[in-house]
Amino acid sequence: MTPPDVAPLPFAPPYPVQATPRFSPGDIVRVLRADGPGHIRTPWYVRGRIGRIERICGAFANPEELAYGRDGHPERVLYRVRFSMQELWGEDADRLQDTLDAEIFEHWLEARNAP
Amino acid sequence: MPHDHPGHGQGMSPSGHPYRPDDDTPLSYWQRMEIAVRELLVEKGIATSDEIQAQIERMDARSPAMGAEVVARAWTDPEYKARLLADGSAACREMDVEVDTLKLVVVENTPAEHNVIVCTLCSCYPRNLLGLPPDWYKSRSYRSRTVREPRKVLAEFGLDLPETMQVRVHDSTADMRYLVLPQRPAGTQGWEPKRLAALVTRDAMIGVAVPRIA
Repeated sequence: MTPPDVAPLPFAPPYPVQATPRFSPGDIVRVLRADGPGHIRTPWYVRGRIGRIERICGAFANPEELAYGRDGHPERVLYRVRFSMQELWGEDADRLQDTLDAEIFEHWLEARNAP
Repeated sequence: MPHDHPGHGQGMSPSGHPYRPDDDTPLSYWQRMEIAVRELLVEKGIATSDEIQAQIERMDARSPAMGAEVVARAWTDPEYKARLLADGSAACREMDVEVDTLKLVVVENTPAEHNVIVCTLCSCYPRNLLGLPPDWYKSRSYRSRTVREPRKVLAEFGLDLPETMQVRVHDSTADMRYLVLPQRPAGTQGWEPKRLAALVTRDAMIGVAVPRIA
C-alpha cells in the first residue's frame, strides 16, 4: 500500500536547518526497526513502518544524548512522518485511510522506494 | 498533617454535616525527590524560594483562554490565520503569549478533516498556550488508545465522526507541540472575537470536541 498523501505546505519551515536534510516532504521512508540505550523518542509502534515525510520541523539537539547530560550536538533533522492506520495496525484499524503523524529524527529513517 | 485543635475529623460540624477526614497519603518516591532537589537548589543559591513560587504562579496563570483568543483571531483575521499555520509560535507571540521554548504546530480542521493530539511517550502539551493538561490527557488509556482506535476514543468524548471524514492523529513525540484550529461554527457570522473565543474549549483545541453554539 502506498503511504498517505501529504499536501505541500504553502510556507517555509520556521526552524531552518543548517545541514542538508536527507529527505524532503513527499519522500517515502521506513522507520528503523532498532533499539538502543537512552531516551528514544521513536515510539515502538512506528518502528519498521513505512510512511511519508509530511514536513521538515527543523534541527534539534538529539534527545538520546541530552538524556545523559550531554549537549546533544550535532543537532539532528526532525521530520513529521505520516503513516496510514492500515500500515500501523493492519486491517482491523478503525478506518484504514485515517492517518497518524509522528515526529521522527533523521537517524531513525531510511529511504524506501515506492512499493 | 494533624490538626492543631481537637474536634476535627470526627463527629459532626456545627452545621450538622459529618467532617470528612483529610486524604493525606505518604509521599511517593518522586515527590520526595522533587522536595529534595528543590531544597538543594535553594540551599546552594541556584534558585530562591521566591523564584520557584513565581514560576509556579506563572504556570498556574496560563489557561485555555489564551488559546481560545488565538483561535478566535484566526477565525476573524485570514492573514493572522496564515501566519498561525506557518509559524504557530511567532503568531502566539503576537498575542502576547510567553512562548519561551514552545514550538507550536497548528493543524486545521476542515469539513473533510478532523485532527486530534496525543503524546504517547509522556504528556507533551502546549502548556504556554493552554496551561496544564487535563488528567485524562496523561492517562495511559488516552495515550495508547488514541493512536490505536481514535474514532472509538472520540465517540466516547461524544464526537461521532462520519466515515467520510478523514481523521488525522498527531503524536507529539519530540520537539513540537500541537494546537488544533477548530472549524468556526455555523451561525456565528459577525460575532466579535471575544464572543467567538467563549465557544473555544480546551477539548476543542486538543481535538476531542468541536466548538458548538450553546
